[in-house]
Amino acid sequence: MSKIHVQCTINGEPTEFLCEPRQSLLEVLREELGFTGTKEGCNDGNCGACSVTLDGVLVDSCLVLAPEAQNKEIATVEGLASADGLHPLQQKFLEHASLQCGICTPGFLVASKALLDANPNPSEHEIRHWLAGNLCRCTGYDKIVRAVLDVAGS
Amino acid sequence: MSANQGGEIRSFGKDDYKVVGTRPIRHDGTDKVTGRAIYGGDTRLAGMLYGQVLRSPHAHARVKSVDTSKAEALDGVKAVVTGGDLPVTSADEIVDLGEGPARIKHLRDNVLATDKVLYRGHPVAAVAATSLHIADDALDLIEVDYEVLPPVLDVLEAMKDDAPLLHDSITMQDLGEDTGKKSNIASRSLHELGNIEEGFSKAQVVAETKVSTATVHQGYIEPHNGTAVWNADGHITIWSSTQGSFTLQKQVAAVLGVPISKVRVIPQEIGGGFGGKIPTYLEPTAALLSRQSGHPVKLIMTRADVFESTGPTPGSYIKVRMGADSDGNLVAADAYIAFESGGYPGCPVGAAAMCVFACYDIPNARVEFFDVVVNKPRSFAYRAPGSTQVAFATEKVMDELAEKLGKDRLDLRLQNTAAEGMRRSDGLVYPRIGCKETLEAMRHHDHYKAPLAGSNSGRGVAVGYWFNVGLKSAVTASVNNDGTVQLVEGSTDIGGSRTSIAMQFAEALGLAAEDVNPMVGDTSTIGYTDVTGGSRVTYATGWAAYEAAQDVKRQMIERAAKVWEVGQDQVEFEDGTFRTTHNSKSMTFKELAGRIGDTGGPVVGRATVDPASGVGGSFAGNIVDVEVDSETGKVEILRFTVFQDAGKAIHPSYVEGQMQGGSVQGIGWALNEEYFYGDDGVMANSSLLDYRVPTALDLPMIDTVIIEVPNPGHPYGVRGVGEANIAPPPAAIASAINDAVGLQLCELPMKPDRVVAAVGQDALAVGGGS
Repeated sequence: MSKIHVQCTINGEPTEFLCEPRQSLLEVLREELGFTGTKEGCNDGNCGACSVTLDGVLVDSCLVLAPEAQNKEIATVEGLASADGLHPLQQKFLEHASLQCGICTPGFLVASKALLDANPNPSEHEIRHWLAGNLCRCTGYDKIVRAVLDVAGS
Repeated sequence: MSANQGGEIRSFGKDDYKVVGTRPIRHDGTDKVTGRAIYGGDTRLAGMLYGQVLRSPHAHARVKSVDTSKAEALDGVKAVVTGGDLPVTSADEIVDLGEGPARIKHLRDNVLATDKVLYRGHPVAAVAATSLHIADDALDLIEVDYEVLPPVLDVLEAMKDDAPLLHDSITMQDLGEDTGKKSNIASRSLHELGNIEEGFSKAQVVAETKVSTATVHQGYIEPHNGTAVWNADGHITIWSSTQGSFTLQKQVAAVLGVPISKVRVIPQEIGGGFGGKIPTYLEPTAALLSRQSGHPVKLIMTRADVFESTGPTPGSYIKVRMGADSDGNLVAADAYIAFESGGYPGCPVGAAAMCVFACYDIPNARVEFFDVVVNKPRSFAYRAPGSTQVAFATEKVMDELAEKLGKDRLDLRLQNTAAEGMRRSDGLVYPRIGCKETLEAMRHHDHYKAPLAGSNSGRGVAVGYWFNVGLKSAVTASVNNDGTVQLVEGSTDIGGSRTSIAMQFAEALGLAAEDVNPMVGDTSTIGYTDVTGGSRVTYATGWAAYEAAQDVKRQMIERAAKVWEVGQDQVEFEDGTFRTTHNSKSMTFKELAGRIGDTGGPVVGRATVDPASGVGGSFAGNIVDVEVDSETGKVEILRFTVFQDAGKAIHPSYVEGQMQGGSVQGIGWALNEEYFYGDDGVMANSSLLDYRVPTALDLPMIDTVIIEVPNPGHPYGVRGVGEANIAPPPAAIASAINDAVGLQLCELPMKPDRVVAAVGQDALAVGGGS
């Protein structure tokens, strides 16, 4: 099977890769490019652990074929922090103990950032509604919602 | 608000610690919020192949033949293995998994079946190839000839004499005696205390219930994974997300028939487990594929594989009958508990029997319990295994007794509360426990008195128990010359435990939590440590850290004595400072650490523990308000408060997190979650949203009240908090639904169609519905 050449940016860096048409963006990010911060929980769009943004739109990267990334700007959890330190969401997730095992955390952070970019001051209900596509089995969501509320309020 | 402000804490013990009870940021936190933490599935090794497992499409079948030749011929395929590649194991060999033993033969047959498949998803063969997709393609080329057999999926059906038999080799054990009778009932057991006939003869009121609960899954978000290298020298290295590296090492060695010394397990970060990542599924297969191919091999399950082949906790059928005298004192209790073990026996029905009446002081009790095989995946531990099912029955009966006696539901529970010195029906005599304090906190909480919001709403209460375990743990601690400490511990960290362990070490030496750098060791770098399970890690491994700190302290006192040229008995240590007894000289821990290089070299503390007694059980309770939509059957959780005795909360935020997480798993179990099977034994809902774990939108905030009744069997009074919290929610929600609409729902989950049906029947029964 001949491979497809894809050019995109990942966390602001111009990137190119070769992929098979049947490879998902998630598989390429993790297995070809080493962005293992993006997690696989279900590979069928149910859990949100693989959340990334594509030109600013929140997607499950397991449901995006890698060739669809052509000319797109991809943002993953690895791009949240900067040389200056953690993103406020990362900091508040730590302060609120919003993670236990942490496998869903990258997806929640990417999804929460997408929420705050679209709606800087969401209500608790709006946060719960937006994050309903991200499953967490450890925390019962309480401390995740509180962390996002805390960032939104500050 | 201050970010770290948490929920309510009611302490009955010492409260003047410096580190214990504070809320530092977890040591592994930055790695986990930046995506840098390496989980099992993130493992990448040079030359690594990707594997896939072929699984049975049938719930019950004989495997007549497996032809792998076409798969082997596919370009890119480097190895293909079947059950025949695993060594034959005697039926009698046992391996200790920490929270219970397992037969090696059953573990082996569960890893790769040979003659029979016992559930849909049972592994039959596996492939390693240069890419995941080639491995996938290769699976389609494996030809398996099955003789399909009728499945049995329900515990009561499986117990019948004419049920399809899963195993030729299983004969029923009756009270420990082999009956010689082939049966799906692997065992019948009994606990008796006093005399229940006499007890019931004194009862003025009696209530009973029959309940059934569906098979449910732990539902961790990270699928099982395993990567293996089988070197030419015979050494096997495993990278995996496991709840116990040493437990996994034992299983891999036993299933592969190699000495334990040939297997090294390097635990990676683990994405949830809840009991389900104690058994091995993939690692022996990855090792076989590695031996055959000469490459490292990584296996990862699909989500459907996870549902269909791992985990679940048993579906059950339970009858409970309890009697009280006219004053409300419980006089007798009788339970019949039948659990579905899945394809192989050994489910936690014994734990259920220990928990069924654990919250109450009952002089006469009888608990009869059955371990039954059915054509479902082999069940394994799930958070307080067995306790949730039985609490659903017992708490229902307690509510009914309260109603018959005209007593407040919590008053009746308080009147009969379990307490220190009470003997349980399985024989255990309670040490100091916090059941009463938990119930009192519930009784006096403003949630219990608050007016109910909403229409068709009701309030429920329930309590539950988990006994917790001790087991073995090891810790080493190396002092750095800047006064910080590298701490290595053997418990894989499933939810922040390395920090709670480091905090106990820091407290003992007067250090800050941040001065201790904890890491999880592997089977070659730390002493034997049992599974992360049984709510034992903060208790037992934390205790080992405390003891390792004492060892460091002893060595540091030697060094101080050397520096000051005094006897060791002239040196005291308090609040992080070493002093001569007459207080003429002093050095902080950090100052003295700077001298260890010229006073004898490295200081390494070590400790191991194996607490035989002193494990403190934990009680949890819920007050929950629900609103029932009688048209759609939807049950909305309006308000939820969880109470739990933590003994001492080392890091209260993570204790709250355990309470909230366990509660929400219990809410899912109560309202949505179940394995939905067709008659052919094929699971119809093997994805996370069809199975329907709760989402953020389904829930309110989960309020917490930590009770601290110190466990006298731990230096800081710790009780494990990981599990008891999942026991009460289904019972509490059933109680609330009953309060709202006057319906006793006796089947889990209490899903919308059941609520609608019950409302309809009720309406018909009273002549309504027109």
